[in-house]
Amino acid sequence: MRALGTIAVILTGALLLYASGDFPAWGEPYSPANDSRVSRHYILKSFEETSVPNMVTAVLADYRSYDTLFETVVIFTAGIAIISILRGPVDKRVRLRRASEKSLRQSNLILAQTCRLLVPVIQMFALYVIAHGHHSPGGGFQGGVIFGASLILVALSFQLQTALDRISEKRAMILAGIGVLIYSGIGLTCVLLGSNFLDYSVLSKVLPLSAIEARSYGILGVETGVAFTVTAIMFAIYANLSSHGRMKGGL
Amino acid sequence: MILVDFIVSRFNYWIYIILMMMGLFAMIAKKNLIKKLIGMSIFQTAIILFFVSIGVKEGSTIPILAHEAAHDPAHQQAAPLTEKGEGHIQNGKGRDALRAEDYANPLPHVLMLTAIVVGVATLGVGLAVVQKLHQEFGSIEEPEILAKIDSDDG
Amino acid sequence: MVDQYPAIVLLAPFFAAIAVSLLGNWKSGFCLPLTVLSLVISLMSSIALLGQVAESGEVVYLLGGWPRPYGIEFRVDPLNGLLLVVICTIALLSSIYSIRAAAVETPDKCPQFYTLYLLLVTGLLGMSMTGDAFNLYVLVEVASLTSYALIAMRSKRAVLASFNYIIMGTIGASFYLLGVGYLYMKTGSLNMVDIREVLLESGLYTSETILVAFMMIMVGVWIKMAFFPLHGWLPNAYSYAPSTASCVLAPLVTKVTVYVMIRMMFTVFGPEYVFVYLGWSDVVVWMAIVAILAGSILALAQTDLKKMLSYLIVAEVGYMVGGVWLANETALVGAIYHVISDAFMTLCLFLAAGAIITKTGKYCIKDMEGLFRKMPWTMVGFVIAALSMIGIPPTCGFFSKWYLINGGIEAGNWGYVAALLISSLINAILFFRVIEVAYFKKESTDSDKEETVSGSSGVGEPPLTMLGPLLVTAVCLLLIGIFNQEIVILIRQAVSSFGPLGFIG
Repeated sequence: MRALGTIAVILTGALLLYASGDFPAWGEPYSPANDSRVSRHYILKSFEETSVPNMVTAVLADYRSYDTLFETVVIFTAGIAIISILRGPVDKRVRLRRASEKSLRQSNLILAQTCRLLVPVIQMFALYVIAHGHHSPGGGFQGGVIFGASLILVALSFQLQTALDRISEKRAMILAGIGVLIYSGIGLTCVLLGSNFLDYSVLSKVLPLSAIEARSYGILGVETGVAFTVTAIMFAIYANLSSHGRMKGGL
Repeated sequence: MILVDFIVSRFNYWIYIILMMMGLFAMIAKKNLIKKLIGMSIFQTAIILFFVSIGVKEGSTIPILAHEAAHDPAHQQAAPLTEKGEGHIQNGKGRDALRAEDYANPLPHVLMLTAIVVGVATLGVGLAVVQKLHQEFGSIEEPEILAKIDSDDG
Repeated sequence: MVDQYPAIVLLAPFFAAIAVSLLGNWKSGFCLPLTVLSLVISLMSSIALLGQVAESGEVVYLLGGWPRPYGIEFRVDPLNGLLLVVICTIALLSSIYSIRAAAVETPDKCPQFYTLYLLLVTGLLGMSMTGDAFNLYVLVEVASLTSYALIAMRSKRAVLASFNYIIMGTIGASFYLLGVGYLYMKTGSLNMVDIREVLLESGLYTSETILVAFMMIMVGVWIKMAFFPLHGWLPNAYSYAPSTASCVLAPLVTKVTVYVMIRMMFTVFGPEYVFVYLGWSDVVVWMAIVAILAGSILALAQTDLKKMLSYLIVAEVGYMVGGVWLANETALVGAIYHVISDAFMTLCLFLAAGAIITKTGKYCIKDMEGLFRKMPWTMVGFVIAALSMIGIPPTCGFFSKWYLINGGIEAGNWGYVAALLISSLINAILFFRVIEVAYFKKESTDSDKEETVSGSSGVGEPPLTMLGPLLVTAVCLLLIGIFNQEIVILIRQAVSSFGPLGFIG
């Protein structure tokens, strides 16, 4: 295997180095990629067409929103895949009693109180990141990960069961499904309103908005869906991996 | 100085190749399954570095329209979209005009958001599979697992 | 409605997947009807879409309403129109087959199984429809992640096979992604048609970056389709997977990847670049010859029925890659025809193998004594598929091989022709070996052998839900053979839409 690995690495590395001589210089503003029709359109026209100042958000959730839908599906798939892999065929899970009170006393006092202070702030910041994705770096994925991290923090500083009492694995998976459903549901609404899948501008038929504003609100809607899925799956992945799929004990 | 310029203009691409080859070697040659997954992670991160390097423009800022630019209707009309390659020649409509050179290329960033997510998902599934293997065979070393499988057969 | 067909084909299984995951926890009885219903809708609209494409040429569907190259588009021509119908049909047949098998092999995981199954189908449908190079990567990952999970659902060996698949699959997909990055760096576009236009306009054929992009994409795709030296992950993954999963993975995943290769070669880079400028077709055809022979010989060495079939897939991939790279129209038509017929042949064989294994609980070829008497209809299906693999006239295998061999003769590549004939001969030996055991050998009244728990005495035909799909697939094999003219006309239409081919230049 070692020899095989060395050969593969040398061959691929040589090939890649060979091509790197042909690359445009790093940071070149007029390289073919940076100066292409597509990239110029995104920079110059995206605000006009979607009224979102953050171009990354505009491209992510509108021009290439179909990509992003399947990105969310990838996350969702990963959650389901991990559950289906780790859960044994015969599942003898014992329902633990609600452990929150006990675990509160068991865990380290300083840890517990710090966590109590931090979690609401983290969650609030997560909501800000989700909602403010139009104007600053952020959006559904980033906010969702931060929100998921707050749940993981609870599980880490108390016990896994404490976090599971607040959001059980089953509920997390339903939440994840709802997230994907929000995203694709907005897309489907566009079809039902007589346009193509994910063409948010047609939402102006039912909302008191202009076509361009409708795109902006459509983006907000799908970002919310993404945030649901990412939050739920981040937590579900943590819960499964930390407890070997048994949903008890944990780290 | 020419040498320095040359190195600076290529540095990112070389680093990404080195990182990627480290990851590839770990994925193929390492016997420990977790090390293979670490290699996989490095491998995918190297590709992200490469993509992000494509989108860099010297002297540009993040691809978010500045507040004034977004809310001043007058100058949104200032830079009519032109076909490929002409835009940077005509932008003399005042210093506030929206210019493509001022903002980093947003597309590679969007693509890499997707690639990061895919990488995380693959890594998660990979870790779950390793945990399952550990439950089944009590080891995360490939030769030991293979030996166990052989002894099960025999 | 009419212009929404591409969306319906993809969205029916997609929404069903979400619905199954949401409702399945509550009541698992919903899973199967939803799956079958969505696949029926998808199949019907894919047939309608194919009709539309055959009548009026390419159908383009702009997602989000953004025109090329700013947004993502579906682009359906006769080639992927046909493929969509094949995917939907096979997914439908194996979902019906899964009624019993899923309950036996993956108990308690019904909702997860069907969600993953539908997402896999969605991923494959999306891969074959999309007109965007990066979007293809995302859908490849959707399809791969679901396959990893479906394979690893069974315990023990399947899990290790799945791990190796994850490593190899990630290398393949990342190479593809890197190739797309190189293309983007030079062309500034991700839309397949647009990339080709830019390549032609700006004279990028001589660029090293484009050359490396092409090599990266090809190697990535070859890993994903298990082209011979890169096939390592496939045999174990497909033979140890739960039989319902392997029934949909084995026929579809490699074939859709072959389609991706064709799409990349002809729509993105263009035959002028691949065949005329680079002129590597001889080298790759020789690699394909090696793949065909190696796959067949490795299959000959197997004692496990499913493993033998898995190695045959490796050989079949060699047929298709060779046919595409022979660089003439006949061989390309043959390769595309073979994609379709091989999908059905593999399905038929895996369905039969799955039925035999679930009923008898035996994996080895030598244990299949007397099966013709016990399960005659299953064996009829198996024999039809075997005849098709060998290439006996009324079945579709004969016609696709006919075109491939003619293409080989046209190209003057006698090595490829010889490899095809040798491999057909080996297939004949392989399948007659199985049939001989199953037909002629009397069941040894086993006093020395222990009676297995499943009880070989009470073995009969599998239930109708397993037998039905198997026989329908067998009939499909005959129909695809009989209606070869119609299919070839469609394929020729697709091939001519690739533009003026730089063949024989």
